[in-house]
Amino acid sequence: MGAATTTVPRAQPHHPDPNENYLKAERGIMSWLVTLDHKRIGIMYLISVILAFAVGGFFALAVRFELFSRGHTIMDADQYNRAFTLHGVVMVFLFIIPSIPAALGNFVLPIQLGAKDVAFPRLNLMSYYIYVFGACFALYSMVTGAVDTGWTFYTPYSMRTTSSVIPMVLGAFIMGFSSILTGVNFLVTVHKLRAPGQTWTKLPLFIWGLYSTSIIQVLATPVLAITLLLLCLERFLGLGIFDPKLGGDPVLFQHFFWFYSHPAVYIMIVPGMAVVNEIIATFTRRAIVGYMFVAMSSLALALLGFLVWGHHLFVSGMSEYATMVFSGLTFLVAIPSGVKVFNWVATLYKGSIRLESPMLYALSFIFLFTIGGLTGLFLGMLAIDVHLHDTYFVVAHFHYVMVGGTVMGFVGGLHYWWPKMTGKLYNEGMAKVAWFLVFIGFNVTFIAQFIMGSRGMPRRYYDYLPEFEIFHKTSTIGSWILGAGFLTMLAMFIISLKSGAKSTRNPWGSAALEWQTPTPPPLANFIKVPTITRGPYDYHLATEEELSEQ
Amino acid sequence: MSQAASHAESAPASHDESHEAGHDEHHGPAWLAHHFDTPAQQFDAAKLGMWAFLAQELLFFSGVFVAYGIFRSWYPEAFSSASHQLDRVMGAANTIVLLFSSWTAAMAVRSSQLGKKQQTTTLLLITIACAFIFLIVKYFEYQHKFHAGLLPGKYFGHPVDGGLFGAIPAGHGHTPHLAPKAHIFFSLYFVMTGIHALHVIVGIGVLFWIVKRNAAGEFSKEFFTPVDLVALYWHLVDLIWIYLFPLLYLID
Ligand code: HEM
Ligand SMILES: [Cu+2]
Repeated sequence: MGAATTTVPRAQPHHPDPNENYLKAERGIMSWLVTLDHKRIGIMYLISVILAFAVGGFFALAVRFELFSRGHTIMDADQYNRAFTLHGVVMVFLFIIPSIPAALGNFVLPIQLGAKDVAFPRLNLMSYYIYVFGACFALYSMVTGAVDTGWTFYTPYSMRTTSSVIPMVLGAFIMGFSSILTGVNFLVTVHKLRAPGQTWTKLPLFIWGLYSTSIIQVLATPVLAITLLLLCLERFLGLGIFDPKLGGDPVLFQHFFWFYSHPAVYIMIVPGMAVVNEIIATFTRRAIVGYMFVAMSSLALALLGFLVWGHHLFVSGMSEYATMVFSGLTFLVAIPSGVKVFNWVATLYKGSIRLESPMLYALSFIFLFTIGGLTGLFLGMLAIDVHLHDTYFVVAHFHYVMVGGTVMGFVGGLHYWWPKMTGKLYNEGMAKVAWFLVFIGFNVTFIAQFIMGSRGMPRRYYDYLPEFEIFHKTSTIGSWILGAGFLTMLAMFIISLKSGAKSTRNPWGSAALEWQTPTPPPLANFIKVPTITRGPYDYHLATEEELSEQ
Repeated sequence: MSQAASHAESAPASHDESHEAGHDEHHGPAWLAHHFDTPAQQFDAAKLGMWAFLAQELLFFSGVFVAYGIFRSWYPEAFSSASHQLDRVMGAANTIVLLFSSWTAAMAVRSSQLGKKQQTTTLLLITIACAFIFLIVKYFEYQHKFHAGLLPGKYFGHPVDGGLFGAIPAGHGHTPHLAPKAHIFFSLYFVMTGIHALHVIVGIGVLFWIVKRNAAGEFSKEFFTPVDLVALYWHLVDLIWIYLFPLLYLID
């Protein structure tokens, strides 16, 4: 609980020099594992989520490979169910939810505030270990037979199946607490630790995004936690709350589940949007048009996200009136999303655009997220959803949002802050090749799924009719291109670590605060606590020295 | 260093040398963490963090409250007949015990603010004692339910629904007549009071830890945040019980 974290020992035994860069200030593996420095914790998260992405990606490729041809290709139906479930669970709970907030956010947020650390450094470290602990449960479930329920764990199937549901659900439950504690930490940090002059209206939009995300993390995740706990108890004791045979209601599970999981979509996407703001401002050298609108639209998304969960249950037997209300509310979400997209486009207009790799990902984000968002409107329409529900159209829609949106935002942010984190530059040519493969591969994979979904191909099916073969083949080939893109990117980053040129303080010429401190940042983030006198995007107020590469 | 300072201009007087992270020369008291400027800032941060945490706790419980609301509206007879099986006297006693302990927790904060160390310890120990009393009463309640076969879900020892549960010995024959679906009431009863009891147990642990720190002289008029926070937590535990008691014990 919070009380545990109010005091932090000020001096570590060997007094590292706070002016030394954070990578060098202390040495040895232990100095990483017990660090209280938000930058190092961010890096540890980063490594963990990238590992998770690799595992999830492996299962994605396996699932796609199985579907390359009809009938048995590399696994049987039962293994197939487990493979797509593992893919979904790993991607959602181990990768995408912690990716931007816990990994990039941990590193960047305090620096952008001009703070020395997050409000509760020990809680921060604890969140990380809770995440690892939860991940171990998920791993344990994988080796004891895995789960075949799909990542949604819908009852009553999840109560009947003999697969290893309990450890997996407990894993998700535990990781939820990691997410909650990170949210609490960020909320307090933003409120209480802003540097002198860092007013709410001068906050970088990345922070507004993470702030909104934290609200969702704190308010939605506990509902998932109690739901998963009840599911475990239902399996142990047969509570009768979700089990229709005992008088319970399986649809209640769906309501509970989506009351978390729809807002969770915004835990995934709002940080991605937030990254895009930073990249666009830097690579157009302009202030984001309509700063306040963009900031408030993050909050609006966070709050509206709590009202629309019912759109996942249109065909689960709600009353007609309820479906109408949920459908209407769903459309409202388009407004803040549209505000963001239009403001980005307005910023790009007349900006001096530089197409370096982070910017390529930011532009991909806008393009792909727009497709993901617009197809979401199709699904929000009652009559159309009845046709499209649980088809590949849905699969393509949420991959356009989650991969086309969040993953692009994450990867773009990783490229953008990589020099700051590591002090190294990467090979821009190779980065562009990787981007090209990812962008093409992604679209090939999922456009094919839009088409077959709209023609009635159901999701989660092990086999399919001959007329869908061409789409499945195309989609699988796309997944190989996509996989090759991510592998190229990985190789590029490893080469950069090994032999990349040394980065200057501000390689992109950005006006934002995190680029004004040395690269890599010192242990205390700034050599002298900054007083903020202008906004992060006030290029017209920034001096040559601030924007220059050195 | 000029790089960092350029964006940042040189700091005004209030933010002077003490902020030279350089040697982390820290003029504040020992309990002031290095990344806070002032005790007030640290206190506010801790308090806000605790409130956010408590909001989270409330939403955690909201799930079972919603489930309760739904099943009660579906199976009103079952809920009312099953509710009569609970011991209102014990429930009421526990309510009073918890209310009293909340008061002593609040008084502990007060005495800590005044720097009365010994009194704080005493008040916190009373709070802990109440928590134990609560658990003991709870133990007897649970034990009684176990004997009567009033167990959650599929272990419920009463042959309802045409003998769906008939395979389980019907609570040594003592089980009173209950409307069908009463097992759901007991599921919710055990889940809600169980999670609440878990919070009481965690509270006892944390309270002991605070007593220890208080005895070690860590707190003073200037620094009493942990006492304040643990009391807040304890008020929440109390508050949730205040909802559970009427919902589970007093409905008709
Ligand atoms: C590398 C590219 C990817 C490919 C080729 C891929 C492919 C697939 C496939 C074939 C399914 C099964 C669809 C179904 O029948 O339900 C699926 C489901 C899913 N994917 Fe991906 N995926 C990829 C990346 C991602 C990423 C990056 C995420 C999240 C960040 C993600 C999240 C999900 C989720 C949540 C499901 C639902 C699983 C379920 O239905 O239980 N995927 N994906
Ligand atoms: Cu949704």
